Formats: sequence, structure tokens, C-alpha cells
Amino acid sequence: MSVVRAAESLLALSQQEELEDLPKDYSLSPSEDEGDIDGERKHQKLLEAISSLDGKNRWKLAERSEASLKVSEFNVTSEGSGEKLVLSDLLGPVKTSSSLATVKKQLNRVKSKKTVELPLNKEEVERIHREVAFNKTSQALSKWDPIVLKNRQAEQLVFPLKKEQSAFAPIEHVLSGWKARTPLEQEVFNLLHKNKQPVTDPLLTPVEKASLKAMSLEEAKMRRAELQRARALQSYYEARARREKKIKSKKYHKVLKKGKARKALREFEKLRKANPTAALEELENIEKARMMERMSLKHQNSGKWAKSKAIMAKYDLEARQAMQEQLARNKELTQKLQVASDSEEEEDGAEGEGELVPDAVNEIQMDANGPNPWMLRNHLRGTKEAKVQDPKKLPEPVAHEASESEKEERPGAEEEILLNEFEERRSLRKKSGLNQDTELVSRQEPKDSSSQEVLSELRALSQKLNRENQQSGKQNMSSTRTVPSVQREEPAEVEEEPLLLQRPERAHTVEELEELGKEECFQNKEVPRPTGEGQQSERNPNNQPGTPKEKKRKEEMIDLQNLLTTKSPSVKSLAVPTTVEELEDEEERDQKRIIKEAFAGDDVIRDFLKEKREAVEASKPKDVDLTLPGWGEWGGMGLKPSAKKRRRFLIKTPEGPPRKDKNLPNVIINEKRNVHAAAHQVRERETLCCLALLLEKNILVLCGQEGYVILTTESKLFSFSLTGSEMNNSRSILAF
Amino acid sequence: MKVKMLSRNPDNYVRETKLDLQRVPRNYDPTLHPFEVPREYIRALNATKLERVFAKPFLASLDGHRDGVNCLAKHPKSLATVLSGACDGEVRIWNLTKRKCIRTIQAHEGFVRGICTRFCGTSFFTVGDDKTVKQWKMDGPGYGEEEEPLHTILGKTVYTGIDHHWKEAVFATCGQQVDIWDEQRTSPICSMTWGFDSISSVKFNPIETFLLGSCASDRNIVLYDMRQATPLKKVILDMRTNTICWNPMEAFIFTAANEDYNLYTFDMRALDTPVMVHMDHVSAVLDVDYSPTGKEFVSASFDKSIRIFPVDKSRSREVYHTKRMQHVICVKWTSDSKYIMCGSDEMNIRLWKANASEKLGVLTSREKAAKDYNQKLKEKFQHHPHIKRIARHRHLPKSIYSQIQEQRIMKEARRRKYDLGHLILSQYPFLTSPLSSPEINKNQPSEGIVYVPLYSRDVFEYCHEGEAVII
Repeated sequence: MSVVRAAESLLALSQQEELEDLPKDYSLSPSEDEGDIDGERKHQKLLEAISSLDGKNRWKLAERSEASLKVSEFNVTSEGSGEKLVLSDLLGPVKTSSSLATVKKQLNRVKSKKTVELPLNKEEVERIHREVAFNKTSQALSKWDPIVLKNRQAEQLVFPLKKEQSAFAPIEHVLSGWKARTPLEQEVFNLLHKNKQPVTDPLLTPVEKASLKAMSLEEAKMRRAELQRARALQSYYEARARREKKIKSKKYHKVLKKGKARKALREFEKLRKANPTAALEELENIEKARMMERMSLKHQNSGKWAKSKAIMAKYDLEARQAMQEQLARNKELTQKLQVASDSEEEEDGAEGEGELVPDAVNEIQMDANGPNPWMLRNHLRGTKEAKVQDPKKLPEPVAHEASESEKEERPGAEEEILLNEFEERRSLRKKSGLNQDTELVSRQEPKDSSSQEVLSELRALSQKLNRENQQSGKQNMSSTRTVPSVQREEPAEVEEEPLLLQRPERAHTVEELEELGKEECFQNKEVPRPTGEGQQSERNPNNQPGTPKEKKRKEEMIDLQNLLTTKSPSVKSLAVPTTVEELEDEEERDQKRIIKEAFAGDDVIRDFLKEKREAVEASKPKDVDLTLPGWGEWGGMGLKPSAKKRRRFLIKTPEGPPRKDKNLPNVIINEKRNVHAAAHQVRERETLCCLALLLEKNILVLCGQEGYVILTTESKLFSFSLTGSEMNNSRSILAF
Repeated sequence: MKVKMLSRNPDNYVRETKLDLQRVPRNYDPTLHPFEVPREYIRALNATKLERVFAKPFLASLDGHRDGVNCLAKHPKSLATVLSGACDGEVRIWNLTKRKCIRTIQAHEGFVRGICTRFCGTSFFTVGDDKTVKQWKMDGPGYGEEEEPLHTILGKTVYTGIDHHWKEAVFATCGQQVDIWDEQRTSPICSMTWGFDSISSVKFNPIETFLLGSCASDRNIVLYDMRQATPLKKVILDMRTNTICWNPMEAFIFTAANEDYNLYTFDMRALDTPVMVHMDHVSAVLDVDYSPTGKEFVSASFDKSIRIFPVDKSRSREVYHTKRMQHVICVKWTSDSKYIMCGSDEMNIRLWKANASEKLGVLTSREKAAKDYNQKLKEKFQHHPHIKRIARHRHLPKSIYSQIQEQRIMKEARRRKYDLGHLILSQYPFLTSPLSSPEINKNQPSEGIVYVPLYSRDVFEYCHEGEAVII
């Protein structure tokens, strides 16, 4: 069926082609065959004729207006489907047969397979090879870039660039091919052999070896370091002793002595535990000392000083303290030595003390001590200690009873405090002395130290102040701690603090000393800060009123300049009518405004004027002052030669001819230019290329022996030192 | 009565030995020495003058050849030894310190086209017009022995140049093609060719030793890679390049001596424009050699002069000539960078100082110091017109001078005529492409070949420089 159909359609197509050649008036549509109105047909014809006039053969599609069984095979259209009708569609079977599908696939496969391309011709292959090889080599060459760049930028190159290490030939090798020939050499070798000097390998005699082994380098170094440290410590102690010896303060010495005594006591205590026999001897010594002291009658309170203090004690806190001290001392001395202590006796002692001291003193003291927590604390501590200490083991009249311990301990604590103060003061002084000229901050320190001294003196005067100061001191010491915690911890710390601050005992090593120094620095640094800030704040108020003034002055100057700028350029000639002038002025003003807007940031005119003024100033001949101070009159610091003399020796240079640009406000004419010198001056082009400023600087720097510039010349660039071995591979050297 | 006296420490004014300079106490305050700088200036001036006064670069002439010297070679191990080949096929070995010929070999019939030494310095190779490559021992034959080459290779074509590898037992010859030879074999390991014209010179790169450069008479420079056995790239210049020389310190830089009176320094990675065009010669440049420092090179020209160029300058710093020196065919810079040798047409080898006014021999420390000081002064005041003028002054023979003038006029005329503003290429046949823009060069049809129209660049550069030559 389908085959038949296809044949038919093919036939139809061929017929269609034939029909196209027919004249146009030959109608083909079936509707026309039926025959309508003649007029219509004629009209249709006409239209067709007209349309055929444009010369193109148009295939007019036939329309089917009504249904009919007979459909012409000549007018198959694909209208409506929107696609073109292709021949293969017509040829293809209506149903796809499965048997053909495989064949189709095979056909497709064959179609998709491409033929193998022809190989590139030789030239192209070569070109590609070349391209690849070139890229590779240029990449390989790029590894030299940094080296080349470095060499190019280097100020000077010394060749050969890579110096060969001179090879070390072991002495055996050298000696093996060498024999002593001359008599001198033989003699030398004989000597060497006699002394058992090994000629080769170790090159050391046994004795030398032994001596080398005796002390290794490390050991020697250590020993040396130790010695150094010892020396440093010694010098430190010496310096300290010298310093302390110089101190004139009686109080200090007194306190020191007491401290020493206490220390001795403590040591004795230790000794007693460790070595009883030695302790006994020591005890005897102490006893002797006590006796001597007692013999001196210094502490009888009968001296002039004691009496005056007794009077003063009522009003003066210090005097009262001294009094009490004295009494305590007296008591201590007058006490009988007992191995076992008796509470009664102690009470007696207390009574005795009460007898010795005037009542008034104690009364006021009580008043003073009442609100003083410092004293309370001492009380507490005294009691504590009393509880802790074993009464039976104390041979000394050291505190047992509360009152006595108070008397005893308080001055002790006090003296320690005082000692610390002294220490602090000294360290501060030392610090200030050291740092006076090094740092700006440390300049404040003398002031600080002096203030601290004042403070410490005040401390000594009033205990209240003392306490406050201590608190502040601690705050300084432990700045990280919060204030309340410090206050809370205070009692506990005070117990340990004196021990901690015994510096000479602690600073055994250099490191420790350093640490101490650091601490001191830390302390000192913290103190001056507020003062520094204060100074700054002081400066600022100084500056702040200053700056407005300066500004004002500047503003005034600027105003003057502005006046100048506005006035000077318009040199008016009288001939010009005023109205025109005004107009011109307006124009000028406009221009100026525009220019000013353009150069809003930088005032060109003013700059120029300034430059000109400077130039004028510079070109003015200067007076020569030949006055010599001290000739014919007194001279020295702060003395100036008299006006008369100055007048006499001042040589006024005559005013030169007026400047050429005097009347040219917009021009600076350099009158200094010397035609003869111009020949030697660097031309502008060169200066441009090598930066005029740099050039000038370079020229001002001398490069000979007169100057102090180290010579680096290019002559080294070409200096070659090719020795024999280097020459051996000079080629390779030169190629890196 | 106590008398106070002035007392001074003798250390301050007494010198330690008689040889020391007298100590002069001096105040360094510059206001007290207003004439310091002028004094230095005068010193610099004097130094410059003296430099010119003592600029006598010519040291010696080695005569003995019976024809023009065609090629020179340095000995790699001995500074004093130089080898030269003449146009009559004679090779001579010279001792520079004695300034004498120590050995003469009749190596070839016809020209000795090329000569090169082995890197170890034990033997050397020559090529000649008789189509042979010969290897010779550096030491002369023993008593009774005949002067014979170690090896002789008979080739099919004329070899025009030879160079030895810097590290291996390999050498390269050029002629119809570039051949790489193993010393032990009689046939080349590989031959590389690109184009058909005869190749006039081949040079191994001293750093990247597998690289070769050659120049042929079809105006091109071709670079080869020995390992890959391929040419890499070709540069075509406007005129023939006579020889090239690699920079011994910079692996990718080489300089080509061209027939158009100029030398072109190329970076081999970017060949479309030369790094620098060195122009001062007034005739074809025949040979070029780098100083071992890689900072300068010397060129020999047909205009009977040799010139020294700094690598980064387009103008020469020095020109050497003598009355009797004819066309200079070959030139070498010695390995100690102090001397220059040139062989010329009139059978002589001349020895020059690389630094014209350098004092030879051992210098005392004070002499050295003075030299350094003067050098520094000259450097410092180099821009001052008087000093510059003196330092720049060179004497030239009249012929060269007039040629320079002539060429200057020609250049000026060219510039005027082909003013860059309205330059239409098609009107001017000698300008084959627009002036020196690398973009356009890249569009050249054949890959791997760079066409560098240098003649036009010459015009271009001239215009931009704006000022004419020195001297």
C-alpha cells in the first residue's frame, strides 16, 4: 500500500512541476471548475494578471472551501501543522518497523564515526615543537630573574661573586710530602723531637694536654663568673657600708643599733637551740655589754634631755615616744636576769614603770592610742605572741605580760618601720641620682623623693599619718590588688613585711639585685605618674592661653599679608578714570576669586609673596658685627658687650642698588646669578633627571679625608683577584 | 713660686712613625670652611683632566700574522694566553705578558673561520674554509714531533663558526646548519636548521649551557635548545647580524652585532623588542664580546674602531682607534676584565686597557686611596658642565667624525621627512610595519618568528631622544 502511495505522490510532484510552466490564467481549483459568476471570474483573472506582472511566479495555494470526497493529490499542503513538508516524511512508512530500527542505528553509528584526520604537515609539527620548547626554556630562564635583578641593583659587585672556600689541608698531608733539608730545618725538627713534640695529628705534648684537661673551658668560665659575682657583691656591700657610715642622722643610728641588738638576740636564740655551750659564751658577752650599758647611766632618766622630754611629753607626741623608749630601755637594763620568769615580778616591773613614767604622759598616750588601730593591732599581736611563746624557755626579759610586750614590741615594730623608711628614702635618692639625666619621667623623681621624705618625716611624727602612708605604700607595691583587700590583709602582712624588706640579706645574687632594682623601678614609676600628668595639665593651661595668642598673632600677620596681596598688585596709574578702574577691579576681583577657588587649599599668591619677601631679605647686605666680648671691659657669662662698643664695631654695609623687581610685584628677579659661575653650574636637565635636591646634598657632603664619609667607589667593581686556583674555573665562576 | 705652663699631650700632635701623615687638628664646622665644596669641585675637575691626560689605552700590538686576523679565542685557564686565527689559515698562540707569539700552526687552507678553546684549556678547535674541523693540543709538540691535529673531521660543507660547550665535551659548528658534535665522534649528534641561508656564527650560553644562539645571513637570529634538539625562536632584523654574544652574568640576555651599525641587546624571553639599541658605530659592527662582569661589552666595527658600551646605555662610553688599525674583525675582553684584544684586517692583534686611564701595575695603598678619591669626586661632580665636557671628550679620526656628522644629517633628514605625526606606511617602502609596536609584531603571520623592524625604530628612538650624538 504505502509503496504505491509513494509512487503516486512522486508522480504528482512531477506533474506539479509541469503545471508550473503553464500560463497563469489556466485555473486549477476545483471550485473554479464549477463555474460562478463571470464577472467575478474576470475580476479574479485581472487580479492574477496584475499580480503576475511583477515577474515572479507565485504558486497560489488552493483553498478548499467545502468538503468533498475527491481531493487532488497535487495540492498537498502542510498548512496548520506549522511545519514544512519534507520528502522523507512522505517516503517514510506510517508505522515504524522494528526490523529496520537496528539497521538505522547501525547507519547512525557509521555516520557518527569520523574519519581519521590527516597528520599535520611537518612544518606545523615543528612549529608546535618550537613553541613548546621556547616556552619551557623561557620559564627555565626565569629562575635567574631574582639573581639578575639583585646584581643589577647592587651598588657594587665584587668578583668573583662566590668566593671559594680555601680548602683545609690536614697537616699530615702537608708534612708527608715534605722533608727537612736545610740544616736549620733539621735543627728545628731535632728540637721538636727532643721535646717529644708530636709533629702530626694532635700537635700537643702530653704536658700541654694535661694542662688543657686540668680545667675545661666551661669550668673556667663558671669560675670566672663566680668570681665576678663575688666581686660585684663585695663592691656593693662596700658601697653600702660607706653610704651608711656617712649617714649623720642620730635617730637612724639609734634605730640601727636597736635593730642590731634585736638581731643579735634572735641569733642568740637560734644559737641556744643549736649549740648551748657557744650560746653560754654569747650570753656572757651579752651580759657584759648590758652591764657596760648600765654602768654608763645613760638610761636613768636623770639627764637633762630626759627631763626636758618628760616636760615636753605632755604636748609633743614625739617627745612622748622618745620618753617611752627611754623608759623601756631603762627597764630592760635594770631588770635582773632570770632564767625562769615570774608573772608577779613582771607585774612589779610594770608597776615600776608606772612609777617612772609621769601619769600625764600615759593619760594622753592612752587618748592618742585609743582610736589608733595601729596601736591596737600591736596590742593584739603582742598578746598573740605572748600566747605562742613558751614562757619557760625565755631567759631574756622579753615580753610576757601584755603591757610590757606592748612597750617592747611597739618600739620594735616602729624601729623596723623607720628602718624601712630609711631604706626607701635612700633607694629613692639613689634612683633619682641615677636617672636624673636619662629620662624625662625620672626628672620628676627628685621632687618625688623629697616629697616622700617629707611624708616619711610626717609619718614619724604622727601615727595616723603613718598608717595612711603605709596603706598607700602598699597600694603602690601591690597595685593589682584592690584597696579593701589590702586593708583587710594588712595585719597579716605587717607581720611578715619587715622580714621581706630586709634587702641586704636577700640580695645575695646579681639576679636578685636586678629583681630588686626592677621592683624599685616599678615603685618609682608608679609614683611620678600623677605628677607627670599634673605637669602635663600644667603645661596645657600654659599652652592653651598661649595658642590663642599665637593664633591671633598669626591671624594678624595673615591679615597684613592679605592687605598686601590685595593692594600691591594693583598699581594704579592716575590717568585711568575711576569708573573703569572700578570695573577692572571688579573683573580682577572676579578673576582672583576664581583663582582662589581653584587654589582653595594652597594660597599661591601669599606663598609667592612670602617667597619674594624671603628672597629680598636674603639678598639684603648684612651688617658685620666685629665686637669681641671681653676686650676693654669685663667679660664672662651673662655679660654682653656694651652698646657703645657694639655700635663702634658694627660695620654697616652700604645699601646696594635697588632691586630690579622692586616695582614688579609679581616678579622675583634673582640678582645673585653669576654669569661666570653659571658655566660651572649643573644644567637644569641634569638636575631634573637626578633630583636637584639629592644632587645638592651629595655635593655638600665631602668625600675626602676632610669629610667623614667612607669611600665606596666603583673601582672595586672591576677589581679582580683571580689567583691560580680561581683561574682554574674562572669560566664557571663568571657564570656563577 | 709655682709656675703654670701650658702642657699638651704629645699623642695629639706627634705622629707614630715617620711615614704617617702629619696630624692636622681641624674644626669640622662647615661655616669655618666655606670653600670646601669649591675645592672639591676643583679637585674633581683636575681629576677629570688627569684622567683624560692619562687615558692611553693602547698597550701593545702583537704582530706576526701574515694575513688579517679573522678570529680570536681566550684561554680559559691562563690569562696570558690568547689564540688567533688568520685569513691565511694560520693559527697563532700568543703570550700576552711577553707579547710574543709562542706557537704557530698552519691549521687550514684558506680562512680560519672559527676558533674556540675547550673548557679545560688542554686543547682547542678550529674550523676553516677547507671544510674541516680540527682539534689541536694546547701545548706544542715535543721535540721531533710533527705539528698535527688531535682529530680532524672532514665535513661536507664549509663551517663558518665554532663554539665549545662550557661544561661538557660537546661543541657546535655552524655553516649550512647548526651541528652539535660529540668530541669523540666524527658525525654530529644532531643538526638543527631553520631556513636555508648560511649561518655565520654560533654561541653557547655560558649559564644555561644547553642554549645556543646563532645568526644567519638571511638577517635572522635563531635560538636553539641542545637538549630538545630544536630551534626555539627566530628574530628577523632589518639587516644581517654578524655575531652574537651572551651576557655571562645574565642568562637570558644577549647582544647582537648588526650590519646596520647598531648593536641590539635582547632578552631572549621577549624578543619582539630589544632591551637596548646601542648605536655609535658608523659602519657595520663585526664582533662583540662581553666583559666578564656582564656590565659592559666591547664591539668591533668595520669603521676601524672599537667601542665599549655599558649594557644599559645606548651610547658608548669609550672609543678606541689608532691610525694603523684597519677594519676590526674580532674583539675579546679578557677574563680579568682589565684588557681588550682586537684583531684587525692589517694582521695585528692589539691589546687595550679596558679602562683607558687606569694605572697598571701594583698600586701602593696611598695611590689606591687617591684613585678612589678621584673616582668618587668625578662621580660626584659628573653633571657639572665643565667636568662633563672634559670627561666626554674623545678624539676621533677624521673619517669617522665626518661619517658621524653625515649620518646625523641623514637621520635628521629622515626624521623630518617621516615625521611620526603623519606617517603613512604604504608611502615609504623601507618601513615594512608601523613603528615598533610590539602588539603589531605579535600579529605577524608565522609563529615563532619575530620580525623586529629596527631601522624604523632607529628613527623612532632618534625622534624621542631629541638630541644628537656625543663627541
